[in-house]
Amino acid sequence: MSARSRNLFLVPYTLWIVLFVAAPIALIAYRSLFDVEGALTLDNYARFFTPVYLRMTVSSFWYALLITLFSLLVAYPAAWALTRAKHKQLWLLLIILPTWINLLLKVYAFLGIFGTYGSVNQLLELVGIGTQQILFTDFSFVFVSVYIFIPFMILPIFNALEELNPSLVFAARDLGASAWTTFAKVVFPLTIDGVKAGCQAVFIPALSLFMITRLVAGNRVITLGTAIEQHFLVTQDWGMGSTIAVFLILVMVAIMFAAGQRKGVIR
Amino acid sequence: MKSLIRSFAAILVVALGCLYLTSWLNSSQGYSGANTLTIYNWGDYIDPELLEEFQEETGITVIYQTFDSNEAMMTKIQQGGTTYDVAMPSEYAIDKMKQEGLLLPIDHARLPNLKHIDERFLDLRFDPGNGYSVPYFWGTVGIVYNPELVPDGLVFDSWDDLWDPRLGNGLMLVDGAREVIGFGLNSLGYSLNDTNEAHLQEALAKLQKLTPNVKAIVGDEIKMLLANEEATAGVVWSGDAAEIMDENDKLDYVIPKEGSNVWFDNMVIPRTARNLDGAYRFMDFMLEPEHAARNAEYVGYSTPNKDAVPLLPEEIRSDERFYPPPQLTSRLEVYDNLGKRMLSHYNELFLEFKMHRK
Repeated sequence: MSARSRNLFLVPYTLWIVLFVAAPIALIAYRSLFDVEGALTLDNYARFFTPVYLRMTVSSFWYALLITLFSLLVAYPAAWALTRAKHKQLWLLLIILPTWINLLLKVYAFLGIFGTYGSVNQLLELVGIGTQQILFTDFSFVFVSVYIFIPFMILPIFNALEELNPSLVFAARDLGASAWTTFAKVVFPLTIDGVKAGCQAVFIPALSLFMITRLVAGNRVITLGTAIEQHFLVTQDWGMGSTIAVFLILVMVAIMFAAGQRKGVIR
Repeated sequence: MKSLIRSFAAILVVALGCLYLTSWLNSSQGYSGANTLTIYNWGDYIDPELLEEFQEETGITVIYQTFDSNEAMMTKIQQGGTTYDVAMPSEYAIDKMKQEGLLLPIDHARLPNLKHIDERFLDLRFDPGNGYSVPYFWGTVGIVYNPELVPDGLVFDSWDDLWDPRLGNGLMLVDGAREVIGFGLNSLGYSLNDTNEAHLQEALAKLQKLTPNVKAIVGDEIKMLLANEEATAGVVWSGDAAEIMDENDKLDYVIPKEGSNVWFDNMVIPRTARNLDGAYRFMDFMLEPEHAARNAEYVGYSTPNKDAVPLLPEEIRSDERFYPPPQLTSRLEVYDNLGKRMLSHYNELFLEFKMHRK
């Protein structure tokens, strides 16, 4: 293939990146410099560092952390079991299947399942615990978010575990390592890249969740995503919405760098 | 490479073909003809029989399109792709559209039936002299509650009843900054258009004390959740309340005595209009008391047409929840356009209220 035709094939990709990645980010950064009345100002950034937005940031990070942690706790053993399963591809398909269903539909389903007269409460009533408030609690928010994000955590970990040479595990056991030591010193360090990829794939979108916060948490959980949504749709204070978005982009870049850096150190 | 170019060319040809086909279909069905009227309204917000009658009476073909938020409607009209002749925005949207030059002025001489509209609903601050809009429906903000579930003695005739500790985590609020901050202000005896910072902070402090009772702050789902008895009480628009009570007749609606918000959906002529004559005929048709009464009966909202009210069935017109007596309506306020900066501030206060933990 000549260099010219190779360049030609690069055109669609470059166009895509420029039009749909670089331009929107530039536009957001530009927008963040204007206040509600369209005057050029840095006020939005000053406003971001007021208690309202700082508390929102802290709570966003806290919930994103919880969601990532619980996803990891469920996903790692699941991925491990998956590598040992008989019909690997079928199980994998079953895990990916829910991602084909619209997010809104899945979230709406939980309104019915967790509701006062929903199936979970009927079960609790049956076993004698009695009806509990499940919907609109921190628990339901984290639970539904974990449910939504789990395929994105399982897949990279599964791939990492698949690539792991099983003889390394056997060697460790032969040399007298306990099951736990084998996991902590051999398996986990060798699959850390998968874990990192999974954590990134969960933590970053979890930071800017907005629809679930309203539907499942009843707006009792407020994240930066909620604030962006409100500023764009309700107040039309696009400047402040963009400022929060810029902040989120910076955080995401920082996280990706941090994750990348540590990888270098371990190797 | 060649096949790539060929497939590009094929796509281009198909796209152009589709473009031609739609324009041909549109013109063959008279969509771009002079005798059509494009109406842009909220979903399920008109009696379809009236549309039929209007078409028979005038020979005008009606194209009826719906929107689900004022913002979506404004965007479409701004883009100007479709020639909407009549639209039904809410009052704050009318103010905005007027300022942005999206509306055409209304000639009252061409609307003889305008005289049937109650004076209370004319010449309001969002559209002085009704230069750009004509009332279509109106409603309030109030409390829907389940008499079987509420503690004794609570009838929610006052906003303060929401703060009753016995309600315990049984309250749902609609996700609107103006509504929630508004009833916070109302409960303190201030106007819901108050911009005094001290009053706003006082309202926020009072609202934060409400937090233990608040189960959730939700959007449109509030209708489904309240109808399913997920909560004891909820702060909602009267239109939603009518729908909720339609689903579950155990529930009741009340407008607290301290006052509340009154909202409007008015008919306007967007600047995209092509068939001005048809637009006037349609608006006048809807202002006709008999038509307005039938429409109000179908939709279930309150009609601003004073001569249509006597034509409504007794049980509807005597329902003080939807046709409140004058001593209450005098305490209802329309939302003023507070300007983007103040709206943003309201929203920040609302966010602060939402973040307040139990």
